[in-house]
Amino acid sequence: MTTLPASTDKKLGLVIDLDTCVGCHACVISCKEWNTSNYGEPLSDQNAYGADPHGTFLNRVHAFEVTPDDGPAQTIHFPKSCLHCEDAPCVTVCPTGASYKRTEDGIVLVNEDDCMGCGLCAWACPYGARELDQMAGIMKKCTLCVDRVYNENIPEEDRVPSCVRTCPAGARHFGDLGDPNSDVSKLVAERGGMDLMPEQGTKPVNKYLPPRLKDKSLDHVKHLDCQIAEPKGLLGWLDKALEKL
Amino acid sequence: MHPAPSVIAFTTLSGLGFGFLAWLGLGIPDSYGWASFAFYFVGYALAVGGLISSVLHLGNKKNAVKAMSQWRSSWLSREGLSAIVTLLVVAIHAIGRIFFDTALPVIGVIGSILCIWTVFTTSMIYTQLKTVPRWNSPFTPVLFLGYAIAGGALMTGPGRFTIASILLVAVAIVQILAWRNGDGRFAEAGSTMETATGLGKIGKVRLLEPPHSGTNYLLKEMAYQVARKHAEKLRMIGLTLGLVLPVLLIWLLPANHIQGLLVILLHLAGVAAIRWLFFAEAKHVVSLYYGK
Repeated sequence: MTTLPASTDKKLGLVIDLDTCVGCHACVISCKEWNTSNYGEPLSDQNAYGADPHGTFLNRVHAFEVTPDDGPAQTIHFPKSCLHCEDAPCVTVCPTGASYKRTEDGIVLVNEDDCMGCGLCAWACPYGARELDQMAGIMKKCTLCVDRVYNENIPEEDRVPSCVRTCPAGARHFGDLGDPNSDVSKLVAERGGMDLMPEQGTKPVNKYLPPRLKDKSLDHVKHLDCQIAEPKGLLGWLDKALEKL
Repeated sequence: MHPAPSVIAFTTLSGLGFGFLAWLGLGIPDSYGWASFAFYFVGYALAVGGLISSVLHLGNKKNAVKAMSQWRSSWLSREGLSAIVTLLVVAIHAIGRIFFDTALPVIGVIGSILCIWTVFTTSMIYTQLKTVPRWNSPFTPVLFLGYAIAGGALMTGPGRFTIASILLVAVAIVQILAWRNGDGRFAEAGSTMETATGLGKIGKVRLLEPPHSGTNYLLKEMAYQVARKHAEKLRMIGLTLGLVLPVLLIWLLPANHIQGLLVILLHLAGVAAIRWLFFAEAKHVVSLYYGK
């Protein structure tokens, strides 16, 4: 049934540090590679070498510019994938029972054997976390690498989502956000981790750490102004003469 | 939202079909034998034709039958299940009238209620979506039901054109109110680029660079934009064809089958245009991540 569990034993999810992310897109590529070659239908591309390439991605990195009232603009690289919401609207709208939220760890998944590709779950998601694969006709979404995190056939250090394992900046963290003593929960508490679009009432499990405050003043930039010297001699006379014309 | 022709055809035709079947269930018009067969044939053709059209837009049609299973939580599942139950109940009433010259009024009324319920479930597929503030409003079910009942009244023939024209005027008024209300719904819902990114505490946010140079499923499906001036023209076209002209023709032309056919075709064309706008004008909150 596509009703949501009243509570889950764990709340596995990601904490994404917007202060640290450098926007390299390594997590995007690593996600695509792992998820196209492992669980379920591959993540297809259309017209990959043509004029208008597009394809299915479960994780995408946007770049925003935010301008405070009293300081210079900042660039924020912004990775976005499924937030594994506690009140996931994508699950309850599903008519076939393909979408579900796991009671044991809260991961939101699609059972591809049941999906009819109606796309309603993608409409219900505020975050654009679900994409209908154009080749398979089946809904794809972040699995939180459920086939890695419990996989005893891979080395222990690899038992985290592919995006977390690959991030060269250490901007992505994985853990149980339902346990207040977990490293990720402490990080969220310490850095003021936030929800995206809280007004949608989805209660996302994934949290975003806001960028740390930057220098507010632009005063120091003055030192870079070049000093234009007044022209002297013949040039000075010419300058004055032309000015008078 | 992307105005997919299959979904526009589905909501327009099925809505009209179920609306018509609802009137037939009440014994309006009170017909038997071949005449009744003709009415029910058209009603079923519209309702079933619309449903088949909706199946065409699925990515993985072989699992469509599983859509009956999640009626406890999903409006889309309720819609599919209701449509089938309704068509079966209405069939009993139709068989009585067509083959046995017998009216089964209780089953007829139950069938009519189920027809209305089915249109309501269709409307709730859209109404439930908080992500599309324009749809997430009581106007959505009221209008879906209004179009079904008024269109259904037109289908019952010139004998009911007076009541049909009153219903069309009522629907036109609600539609205009819904457009005016809908234009402010997105802002009222409160989602902005600042809430979407959580960066509003720092300042004003704009998209610096999209995540990819090309397009994607999300942009094609949910960031469809119709130019405002075109939207206003299309509102006028839809309103004129679907609601104003049918009312004028009812009052000005002599009541006969040619008038009836003309009125219904105009109404259908207008409702299709309005339904196109229903999708094309609806803005999904995910478009905020793309600076749209």
